[in-house]
Amino acid sequence: MTLTTVVIAGARLVRLAPVDLVIVVFYFVLVLAIGFYLKGRSNTGEDFFLAGREMTAWIAGLSFLSANLGALELMGWAAAAYQYGILAAHWYWIGAIPAMLFLGIVMMPFYYISKTHSVPGYLKLRFGESSRALSAISFAFMTVLMSGINMYSMALVMKVVLGWDINFSIWVSSITVAVYVTLGGLRSAIFNEVLQFILIWAGALLIPILGLVEVGGFRALQAQVARNASAEYTHLWSTLGSFSDNPMGIHWTGIVFGLGFVISFGYWTTDFLVVQRVLAAKDLRSAKMAPIIGAAFKMFVPFIVILPGLLALALLPMKLTGEGAAVASGGHSYNEVLPLMLARYCGPGLLGLGITALIAGFMSGMAGNVSAFSTVWTYDIYKALIKKNATDAHYVLMGRWSTVLGVLISIGTAYLVMQFLSIMDYVQALFSFFIAPLFGTVILGMLWKRATAAGGFWGLLAGTLSSVGMWAWVKVDPAALRYVALSSHARDMAENMYRGLWSWIICVVVTVVVSLMTKPKPDSELNGLVYGVTDIPAEAQVAIYQRPAFWAVAVAVVFIALNIIFW
Amino acid sequence: MRSGGSISIWFFIGISLLVNGLLILGAGIYEVVRPPENPVVLFQVHANVWWGALLAVVGAIYCLRFAPSRDGAGG
Repeated sequence: MTLTTVVIAGARLVRLAPVDLVIVVFYFVLVLAIGFYLKGRSNTGEDFFLAGREMTAWIAGLSFLSANLGALELMGWAAAAYQYGILAAHWYWIGAIPAMLFLGIVMMPFYYISKTHSVPGYLKLRFGESSRALSAISFAFMTVLMSGINMYSMALVMKVVLGWDINFSIWVSSITVAVYVTLGGLRSAIFNEVLQFILIWAGALLIPILGLVEVGGFRALQAQVARNASAEYTHLWSTLGSFSDNPMGIHWTGIVFGLGFVISFGYWTTDFLVVQRVLAAKDLRSAKMAPIIGAAFKMFVPFIVILPGLLALALLPMKLTGEGAAVASGGHSYNEVLPLMLARYCGPGLLGLGITALIAGFMSGMAGNVSAFSTVWTYDIYKALIKKNATDAHYVLMGRWSTVLGVLISIGTAYLVMQFLSIMDYVQALFSFFIAPLFGTVILGMLWKRATAAGGFWGLLAGTLSSVGMWAWVKVDPAALRYVALSSHARDMAENMYRGLWSWIICVVVTVVVSLMTKPKPDSELNGLVYGVTDIPAEAQVAIYQRPAFWAVAVAVVFIALNIIFW
Repeated sequence: MRSGGSISIWFFIGISLLVNGLLILGAGIYEVVRPPENPVVLFQVHANVWWGALLAVVGAIYCLRFAPSRDGAGG
């Protein structure tokens, strides 16, 4: 299937009124104005790549969450909720909250105290140049692919909802992101991400509110979903005892260990796209609080993403299908859930705000990817491997040019994103290639002082290659699914969870074995990098309600309650 | 956060909410006066009127609280 066929098959859902267009145009004007306003504040490397390290916990926390709240969240998970029911909420709760709290309380001190510019930069300090190069190159590759996913999703929304030309949508949003990130660097990206976070909530919150009013409340929603699909669609845990008992074809072990541990911890603690926002915090306490604030808001994102998917399952008169079937039948695909619900409830004005929310989500995701790519390219590839001793001004200039380059490569990759059942399945596959093994390397590096440079490098390489190998194995021989995912009933997402788990285990085992066979660094070289040999500033002088640990416990209590309520 | 003693991010957010809120409120009032031929589902609750008003009020509060001229405004 090509983009052209998608465009031809789709008919526009709505026509924007003049007031809607004014709202959309006003958004573009505002984000560009912020970029121009901040252009004089990004002259040094510290300013351009780390926003001067002066963000408050709230700004860093909202930006941390907003950078993740892109196409992936808004379109992909609403689609996943329609396909798999409330099981999709696992990616917001067990698949995010424990990892975000762990980042804030346990890992952030090492990232922050080491004063690294990036996650690959931490690997350089801990394991040496080879581990940094491997991680930087794989991260850069993943980042531009992710950015391409964002662009594809955005263009799809514009095509479905407005009938806009797909190329027009891609180029207008891309150029806007390129301009404001190139001008203002990470500071501009963070400013706009916070703005986008607010707009996403302002534009998307009405859908679940009005949906619940129409269906008659949550109990009525559960009953209607049971009639239209299955009662299993509204239970988080009770159907996970067997692979064949739930819509996702996954076992609870895959959710807890594959998603809740490996994939989630890998993404939220080592993906530089999100970690970069926290590194911009003004002090260690803010850096520790930022992921906790992000986690508190993350718990409620399912209200604007998962709930609309379930409401669509209950209320939409038509049956949504996969992308291929939708093209063949002239119907609508899963990925159109959110625009369809938007068109259902939003009249002039609100529709413009809803469309702006979607565009904002796509642009925050894209800006997050591009700014992270620019930093890793400049510091961990260009400076490390190509030009070591240039001036700070030279690297800032390279950062600006690599922002433009990243956008151009992303545009190219947007046309490759059509291979999987849904957008999210594709992203999950990417995560398990790179992120799961990286988490193994970073966590051993931070918590085990015996881990050596050779162990870190070979573990990371073995984990990444084994992940790609398992993916290729199932592609060539689908029967291999029973070995990789422990069941022939497993669906794409379940396969990704288990592949991530195996690649993490392989990474850890290889790292441990090689480390035990090679000579470790002396403790004096690990200060600021490893637990047990690092002096972390105490917080005894701060009131208990100001301590990150207090709020982490509060968030954890709400997280547990939500899982019990929707069991 | 303030950018070197200048404009807070929250002021930009206030501007955005205020302008969007007023536009949505205006569109909502227009629809009350002249109902559309093909109304959206739950048109009768006039979501654009109360949602637009809410956004405008919140935006106005943020604009005043974080106006560049106010000392100590920050975020």
